[in-house]
Amino acid sequence: MSGFWNLWVMGLVTANLVFVGWLLYATSTGKKDDQPAGPETTGHTWDGDLKEYNNPLPRWWLNVFYASIAFAIVYLVMFPGFGNFKGLLGWSSVGQWQHQKADADAIVAREFAKFDGKSIAELSTDPGALRIAKNLFAANCSACHGSDAHGGKGFPNLTNPNLSWGRSQDAIVATISGGRQGVMPAWQDALGADGVVQVANYVYALSGRTAPDPQAAAAGAGKFAAVCAACHGADGKGNPLLGAPNLADEYWIYGSSLQTIEETVSHGRQNQMPAWGDLLGEQRVKLLAGYIYSLAPPSAAN
Amino acid sequence: MNHSKIEKNVGLLGVLTAIVISIGGLVEIVPLYFTGQVGEAAPGVKPYTALQLEGRDIYLREGCYNCHSQMIRPMRAETERYGHYSLAGESVYDHPFQFGSKRTGPDLARVGGRYSDEWHRAHLNNPRDVVPESNMPAFPWLAKTMIDAEGTAAKMKAMRRVGVPYSDTDIETAQAAVAGHTEQDALIDYLQMLGTASKTWVK
Repeated sequence: MSGFWNLWVMGLVTANLVFVGWLLYATSTGKKDDQPAGPETTGHTWDGDLKEYNNPLPRWWLNVFYASIAFAIVYLVMFPGFGNFKGLLGWSSVGQWQHQKADADAIVAREFAKFDGKSIAELSTDPGALRIAKNLFAANCSACHGSDAHGGKGFPNLTNPNLSWGRSQDAIVATISGGRQGVMPAWQDALGADGVVQVANYVYALSGRTAPDPQAAAAGAGKFAAVCAACHGADGKGNPLLGAPNLADEYWIYGSSLQTIEETVSHGRQNQMPAWGDLLGEQRVKLLAGYIYSLAPPSAAN
Repeated sequence: MNHSKIEKNVGLLGVLTAIVISIGGLVEIVPLYFTGQVGEAAPGVKPYTALQLEGRDIYLREGCYNCHSQMIRPMRAETERYGHYSLAGESVYDHPFQFGSKRTGPDLARVGGRYSDEWHRAHLNNPRDVVPESNMPAFPWLAKTMIDAEGTAAKMKAMRRVGVPYSDTDIETAQAAVAGHTEQDALIDYLQMLGTASKTWVK
């Protein structure tokens, strides 16, 4: 604060304390000793016999008030409040926060030190690490991926052994800390209405199901090879480098119905996983990666 | 001293009462209007774009502030969950500010970039679709209602009058910037911006 506003605050605070002190003193003295016979009245009479007492303020109440003035002065000496004066204790809300944070960070660092140098695969079988990671998941990831990590429409099921961006230890860490931007273009212009139905039927059958329209599915094979295979692979098993999902398994991000597949082929999809690295920090990301890894370890996938 | 003078004179009682209750404001509020710390934008904080401003108006209209605060206090439990504590300079372009006073839902001061746009769409249409235990009301009409682009320029002019530095170009292009967007688009654009300026000074 500038010099003027500093003086403004100091002046008003001082004037206020002095005024309140004077007011108390002035209203509490000189009434009791010369009136021993009984309580003083205001001297008025209403309705013939109604009188109003003018008793002095109770002594205990006055003392509490004086004590609170004294407290205010002590407070202003110890804590910030009197203009720019910082207080003898040097307290500040940010300082208190830094202190609390340093204490907690030390505890967390001690806890996390147990996991130093461990790989994601090792963390995925460590009960202590998983206990922390499950809490982190519930607090940060479950809003999209669900508390059981099974996802929802548009939000990948993390128990899928073939995650779009890969299930390797490095890939999971990269996905969590840096986020991902999945982009599938819209193909309705290139394929035409019939082409979309054919390709959708073909994709429907890729996961071992019988296509609703087997003829269309057969016609879609060539179009799939020409258009879709560039990202999803000739066998439709996807490509983690591009984030192209595996279309030949039973996991679907947006749903497995023919209608949903047609919608995806026609209009494409934009899907974003936000980056969590800055917020969570490296150690928490590693613990979370261990938990995700544990949901479908490589042995289970084979 | 004779207090009966005050007790028998309503006008005098009113004047003295007004003086007494104004002291707190004179000490705690008035100096803030004249000190740079709360009047200057924090690093990276920019005036809302036209669409964000419309989104902010939706936020006010739907009463989001009744359940969501935008004020992270310097307490570890809060900074652990939400991110860096809020700075006064982050609210300089907010008229009125959206600190809020109640958290039925989480604080939103740093919600920008935390979830994808698609998540916000699903969540606004029906929060239970993504957070089963949520008690937030659904706002499905936002996706079906278009922004009234006619009024955007006037809103920006009003903001300029209370100190937001919009240029003439900002105001001229406002209508085109929001035309064709739904209220949901605008609200999500606003939410996705909240707190993103802090990325320039945190760490």
